[in-house]
Amino acid sequence: MGLQIAFWMLSAAAVIAAAGVVWQKNLFRAALLLVVCFLATAGIFVTLSADFLAAAQVIINVGAVAILIIMSIMLTREVTRGSPANRLGVPAFFLTGIVAAAIIFAVFKTSWPLSGDLPAEPTSSALAHLLLGAEGFELVIQMGALLLLATIIGAIVLLKENK
Amino acid sequence: MVELLLLPASIRSELPFGYWLHLLIFGLGIITLLLTSVIIFIWLERRLVGRFQLRHGPNRAGPFGLLQSVADVIKILTKEDIIPSRADKLVFWMAPVIAFTPVVLMLGVVPVADGALLADLNIGILFVVAISSVTSLGVFMAGWSSYNKYSLLSAMRTVAQLVSYEMPLILSMVGVVILTGSLSLNEMVKAQSIPFILLQPAGFFIFFTASLAEINRTPFDLLEADSELVAGYNIEYSGMKFATFYLTEYCEAIVLSTLTATLFLGGWQGPWLPPMIWLLLKIGLVFCVIVWIRATLPRLRIDQVMNFAWKFLLPLAILNLLLTSLSVIFWPTAPAWASGLINLSMLAVFILVYSKFFKPGGKTVAV
Repeated sequence: MGLQIAFWMLSAAAVIAAAGVVWQKNLFRAALLLVVCFLATAGIFVTLSADFLAAAQVIINVGAVAILIIMSIMLTREVTRGSPANRLGVPAFFLTGIVAAAIIFAVFKTSWPLSGDLPAEPTSSALAHLLLGAEGFELVIQMGALLLLATIIGAIVLLKENK
Repeated sequence: MVELLLLPASIRSELPFGYWLHLLIFGLGIITLLLTSVIIFIWLERRLVGRFQLRHGPNRAGPFGLLQSVADVIKILTKEDIIPSRADKLVFWMAPVIAFTPVVLMLGVVPVADGALLADLNIGILFVVAISSVTSLGVFMAGWSSYNKYSLLSAMRTVAQLVSYEMPLILSMVGVVILTGSLSLNEMVKAQSIPFILLQPAGFFIFFTASLAEINRTPFDLLEADSELVAGYNIEYSGMKFATFYLTEYCEAIVLSTLTATLFLGGWQGPWLPPMIWLLLKIGLVFCVIVWIRATLPRLRIDQVMNFAWKFLLPLAILNLLLTSLSVIFWPTAPAWASGLINLSMLAVFILVYSKFFKPGGKTVAV
């Protein structure tokens, strides 16, 4: 019961914060609202017994992505007024409308399979077996690591000064 | 109250309202302990620095100057609270709160005795890492909302430092996680029949150095450089809001002392004395070392700070992680002295090799 109340409150908070991100003119405040949205999502993960995912969400999205977004906002010119010269409002409205309609349609059309199992406890070792075990997704993880390495080397090469 | 604290969690949960009682006791306990110990530790730091610098330190208010911090608190609480006229008021007001809250939350997973903690999360250490990354957001909010270019620049500098040192900090924790085989802090303490500082001296070195940078203490205290860099992101803050930032800084120092004691010094374990006393003694010891470092080392420049993180601590942390995992896989029965010695010699070799690349007084400045 308590978990359900928490779930719905966090969902409402996430949706309201997400709406705020769109409507807020002040870019810095919009970024902060995005952080609220991320944190609410992490809270939703907690109510669904996915504690590892919640911690990962906070580390990656709040600790890294949000900080990066704010850093890049500092490089824009009109932080407090948004971009008033932008005339792409109407096309953007239609495009996002189509995307939103597609997502809502997919959500309601899919028959979501429900698992009757109890949530895993503790989650960390089960996850570790899935991610790094022989029968798990080890290959995908290794490929992801390789991709990240390539990205880092690429960034270094791009940023290296020509002397 | 103390007896209730030390009851096993299973018995406490069978009491009427056991769950809420548990939350209440530990929540109140953590906040009270943190706030009172900040006052005591500020006094301790000023006295110790006084000793290190061959002067008396605060010694007028009360016996041994014990009431000095209390007087300072009363002074700072009654100061005028100034908000810059062009500041973003809401963000300006929220920044100290956002910076302070995660620090208190971190203590929720630290055990004061076997099983006596607010929440024995099985992702304990991951929770600490996740929550601690929120603090840099508070720094950014403070720096941006002040409408002052110096505070914004300082916020950028501080956040860059925090983000850079987070990586070696986390990687050094992973060494402990590998040795324990669990992410829960309670399990980590229980696994330390020999404190991990002896098995992982290099890990301890990385963790302690990186955490000094995370809490902005000497030699990484660019925040305190008011004569050179116009202090920090909190320059426009005054009164209670400034006090909250100051409080955050000291709470971070205490929390990181606690984490150091828990991860590397055996936490609540120890002979004769009750576990809670052992933990407090170890926290005090680590804090004294932090003060000692403050009195000994000079301040680093920002490019030196960043170079140290990326070119020294990060490779060392990765090497330590590699060596620890290799030794756990290939030589799991290694006697404690052997693994400690291997770790220590790796540290020594790395420092020797690294020092060949740099000369004192070298003229290279890379920004």
